[in-house]
This record gives sequence, C-alpha cells and structure tokens, in this order.
Amino acid sequence: MKKLGAEILVECLKREGVKHIFGYPGGVVLNIFDALYDDKDLKLILTRHEQGAVHAADGYARASGKVGVALVTSGPGATNTVTGIATASMDSIPVVVFSGQVPTMLIGNDAFQEADIVGITRPCTKYNYLVKDVNDLARIVREAFHIASTGRPGPVLIDLPKDVTAGKADFVWPQEIKIRSYRPTYEGNKWMIKQAANEIAKAKKPVIMAGGGVIISGASKELKELAELSQIPVTMTLMGLGGFPGTHELSLGMLGMHGTYYANMSVQESDLLIGIGVRFDDRVTGKMGTFAPHAKIVHIDIDPTSIRKNIRVDTPIVGDVKHVLKDLLKFLKEEKEQWDAIRKTWLKQIKTWKLGMPLKYTYVENVIKPQFVIEKLYEITKGDAIITTEVGQNQMWAAQFYKFNKPRTFLTSGGLGTMGYGFPAAIGAQLAYPDKLVIDIAGDGSIQMNIQELATAVINKLPVKVAILNNHYLGMVRQWQELFFGERYSYSHLDVVPDFVKVAEAYGAVGFRATKPSEVEPVIKEALKVKDRPVFMDFIVDWKEKVYPMVPAGAAINEMLFEEEKREEKKLKAVR
Amino acid sequence: MRHTISVLVENKFGVLSRVSGLFSGRGFNIESLSVGETIEPAVSLMTIVTSGDDQIIEQITKQLNKLIDVIKVVDFMEIDHVEREMVLIKAAPKKADRIEVLKLTEIFRGRIVDSGTTTYTIEITGDEGKINAFIELIKPFGIKEFVRTGKVAIARERVKKAQITTEKKEHR
Repeated sequence: MKKLGAEILVECLKREGVKHIFGYPGGVVLNIFDALYDDKDLKLILTRHEQGAVHAADGYARASGKVGVALVTSGPGATNTVTGIATASMDSIPVVVFSGQVPTMLIGNDAFQEADIVGITRPCTKYNYLVKDVNDLARIVREAFHIASTGRPGPVLIDLPKDVTAGKADFVWPQEIKIRSYRPTYEGNKWMIKQAANEIAKAKKPVIMAGGGVIISGASKELKELAELSQIPVTMTLMGLGGFPGTHELSLGMLGMHGTYYANMSVQESDLLIGIGVRFDDRVTGKMGTFAPHAKIVHIDIDPTSIRKNIRVDTPIVGDVKHVLKDLLKFLKEEKEQWDAIRKTWLKQIKTWKLGMPLKYTYVENVIKPQFVIEKLYEITKGDAIITTEVGQNQMWAAQFYKFNKPRTFLTSGGLGTMGYGFPAAIGAQLAYPDKLVIDIAGDGSIQMNIQELATAVINKLPVKVAILNNHYLGMVRQWQELFFGERYSYSHLDVVPDFVKVAEAYGAVGFRATKPSEVEPVIKEALKVKDRPVFMDFIVDWKEKVYPMVPAGAAINEMLFEEEKREEKKLKAVR
Repeated sequence: MRHTISVLVENKFGVLSRVSGLFSGRGFNIESLSVGETIEPAVSLMTIVTSGDDQIIEQITKQLNKLIDVIKVVDFMEIDHVEREMVLIKAAPKKADRIEVLKLTEIFRGRIVDSGTTTYTIEITGDEGKINAFIELIKPFGIKEFVRTGKVAIARERVKKAQITTEKKEHR
C-alpha cells in the first residue's frame, strides 16, 4: 500500500526512536503536521520561534546523547533555524532539522516563502539534503540520522518540498546504510597510542586537557581511570566541563581566557600536554606561539582536520576518544611505573598554585555578587542539576563557580557563543529528563533573545528554572569596554530592562526577585519548590563585577589579569 | 608551494558548491579547477590547483576528505604524474605575420581549429609551462582573447627502470 510522504516521514522518525520533535508549522509542511495530529507516540513541542526549536532539539541532544529533531516551514521558518544549526555545528551536536520547501516545480522561481536553505546551511551543517523524489525519503532520513550521530557528530538538514510530503510511495525501510565516502575512524593507530603511553611514562610534568569529545564519546570513566592511574592533573575546556569530576583532587577546572590560574600555569609549565577530544580553540590557547611552550603534544580526536589545524602536534591520534583511551590504558598498565613517585614534585607544585591563587571574588553585604548566586545554586542543588547557560559573563561564572561532576550536565554554546541558547536548551533538556532539575544561568541581555519560549515551557508544564544575573548591562561587552576601551560604554547599557517577575507572571510562570545577598538563598529554595511551571529568578547583581582571571585577547594564557590588579588595568588602558 | 590535487566525488547536485565553498569559507585559494565525469558516471573528478605551505595543504586535503561526498583525495605532489591543460587562443596577426604564427603553432604541435578573415583560433595542449611559453610567443603578433581549461592530471603507471629512461627521452 502506498503511503503519503508525510506518513513515511513520521514512520521513519519512529523507527529512529524519536519521541519529541521541536517545531513550528507553516504552509508547505501542513501535510507533515496533519500526519502528526493524532499520532500517539510522537509529540511535537510547539516552540514560539524556530530558533528556539533548534536550540531545544540541541539541548535535548546534549542532555540525552540522542539525536534532537526540529521541524519548520520553508522560507523564514527555515532561515530562522540557521543560528541554531550553526550553534550545533560548532559544538558537534547531533541534530536533524526538517525544513519545508516550496513544490519542486516552483523551486528557483522566488516563490512565496521560498529560500535556498540547502545553499544557506551548506557551510554550517555536517551534511544536507534536498529530497526531490518521495521514493528517496526513507533512505535519506536513515542516512541523515546516521551521519548526524556518528563520527564527529553534527547537524544535518533535510529540505522537503511540499510535493514530496504530499506525494505517495511504498514505504521501504533500508536495512543498511551504504555511504561509501563516509567512514569515520574509531580505532586509533596502535603504534601512535603506544608512543603516547611512552611519552606519559617519561613525562615529569604532564597535563591532560579534556574537551567535548570526552563527553560525546562517553569516555568519562576511561578518562578518570587514566588520570588516576598515571596521576595526571586534568584541565577542561568549556565544552569538556563535566567530562571529569570538577571536585576531583586532580581537577584543575577550566583553562583559557577565563580559566583558573592553576590550569593555565600548569599548561604553560607542562612538558607533556595530552589533548583529548579538543580542537585548541583560540579562547583556550591565547596567543598561539606562546601556548604550552615546553610541552610535547599528544592530540586525540576523531576529526583528522582538528589535528594540526591550530597547533603543532607531536603524537597525533585519530580515533574515537573512548576507543583510544581504552587502548592507552592497556599500554599504560604494562608500563608499571611508580606513578605516585614520579609525579610527586609536579603535583606538589600544582597544589601550591591552587592554594596561592584560587578562584575568588569579594563578598559584600549590601550588593549581590553574581558569583555568590552561582555558589549558592551549587550548594543548594548539591551539584545535582543540568545547567544551561546563555553567553557572556553568566556563562563564564557558571563555568567557574559551579562544579560539574557528571557528563551531559553542562549545556552551553561554546563554539558559536550564541546568546539566547540557554533557555530553549533547558526546555529541551527538561523534556529529555522530566524528573531532573534544569537551571538556565542567564543574563538580562541573553534571556531577552528567546524569552518567548516561556510560553513553550508553561504550556508543557516544564519546571525549568532561570537564574537571571541582572546587571542592566551586556556585561562581557561592558567588561571589555572598561578594560580595553577607556570605560567608553558604547551601547552596552540596557537602559530599559523589563520587570522579569512581571514578564514571568504575564506568561503564566512564576517570578521571584532578590536584591540583597540575604535574599538569594530563600529565592532559590522557593524556586525549587515549583514543579509544574517555569520560574524566573531575577537577581539584581553588582553591575561593576567582572570575570577574573582574564587573559586579554592575543596574550599568552599565563598573562592573566586578576581582581586586585587595578593598577595593571590602568596601565593596559594607557597602552590601548 | 603549488599543489595539484585531484578529488573524486559523488556526481551529485551541489557537490561543486560544497568543494568551492570549503575553499572560500576557510580562506584557501583556488588557482584553477576543472570538473568532469569519470569512467563511472556516478562519480566525477575535480582537479584543483591550489597553493599554500605544508600545514595549509594538509588542512585542505583533510577538509576535502571530511566532506561526505568526497570519495578520494590525491595530492599529486607526492606522486609521479602527467599534467595537461588546453588553451584556445584567438590570434589576430597582421597579414605578413600569418605564416609565422602557423609555424609556431606547428612547432608547439598545436592545431588551427578555426580560421576567419582576420583571426586564427589555435588549440594548444600541454603542461602549464608550454602553454605560457606559447602565449608569450604569440602575444607580439596580437591576441584577441584566450580561454584555458585549467589543469587535469593523472598518475603515471609504474614501469621498470629501463623503460623510464626511454620514456623520459621521448617526453623531452
């Protein structure tokens, strides 16, 4: 019996194990929406903006490890997904986006709501398709999920002309996927891994730098075993947070532009740097020529293009992190080194750095310090929450002051740095885990970029918590202007910020506000009691507070600015 | 360093734009590009001439390999190969020079493919050096326009040592 293209699509999604689709209807996708109308197994979450739909699918994917799915209409519906797709692409997140398209015979005619979305998203998807024949649909959906979720994951877009979803064909589920030109490398080269093991045994001052690849490949256990066995301290990139327990004594926290003093110092002084599932982004390396100057570099990544893209590498290993670490552990166990003895001096040095210059801020009685809010959140949730962030100061303080002990508990737009990501991502994460506590740490600027998703959370009774660090500024922009542009706050002051409590209430959510440090804890506790709708917590924080330590753009990562160095800041200003 | 890279791709809609988009998006340059069908109609071959230091060329080949539609990437720098390019030149010599132009064409083993009252259209095939030399020689006689195909390249078959010497002689 022949089926409608729309029905074939729905059947394919079920076979791929999809439970939730995030979407928004429109003219050319009505056949698909009609097929979803009385389907019991597939639920469409109606967001209030297509960007929100893709971020929610992304958050769903990051939290659960499954493929996130979004469905939008043609033209503006499709172009609104671009930021979400680029966000997922930069952070290697498996998302499949279905966009409607005008009928095939109208493509290229500048038809109503037509956009060349395949052309537009070509550089920000892992792959994309325009389905021209309904008979190809099942195969393409199957391939898309395979491509999105294997190798280095990433977003895939499928453009569906109206006549394809309205056309009829026999449903044939392809038994196997045959893409001759796509064969990701999972197993690392044994000889290279053996060499890495030798380097580890020889090194006096090794550091592991763990990235998002550890989380994607599910290698946290292997990483912990590696660190503990060979007594190597671990620093994480923003994407790697949670890949190694933040409270572990070998954890150095995050490195890079706003990394800890001891992480950056350890990397700069190390004689062996083991990059695991990282791509050596500029926010991590600082000035390229000065990064880890004394270290031999071992680089493990599934994407061959990551290796030697930004920095020199002595021992490159292309492969899936979990597979490679398993092999590496085998070799290391054969080495039988007296690990504790050979690492003693190095670990002692690191301890001195940790004690000498911990992450800190100055607590005051009358104004809420944003870091204090994060500390309280950590304390009250006991670290057992999924945290999403927006982008800017809120993101960096969350990364610094919340300790992530488990993978897939910190969802943040690391590569693209997308403001407006955190709230819809929290909605996606909450749908993946209805019983977990999900908190978006936001700024008053960022939250306004996708604030309309309050409606989505309210209607679906999602108890997502949003902690707004409200400083009436685009704080990170303001910080740069203060430090490097002579306090000329050009367009970074948000003169009018809405009353977030009233906004929440207007949408049928709950709003609380704290203006003094003593109110922070009660507000968080009250918020956590709400189980049937979203909550906005509006924390009025010190607008002058800055994220420290800070490595100015283009400096070496051990050239950090600290809170006390007011004089140093003056000097910097003079130089600019 | 200039490299000639051949890229075997699935002959699919949009594949050229994926490859060219990779170059423009990452700031690599393309000096020439030619595309054609292969013995298998579902597969096309692109020959790309590009330049950059070792690190850039490594990135280019890796990034090309990463594209889903790319089946195989060969950098001819590492391989003994033959390269050819074709040019069509519309030369407009004065009457007195026409014989000279014909002679030069013959010396370069070219062909006249069209002849009008004032112009010859000359076809020359060869490696880049030969084509450049021919264009320089014809320039003083007057060139109205020319079109070049861009390079194509193919690996040489490995042959025994004795044969290599004879072949090289022939080539010269």
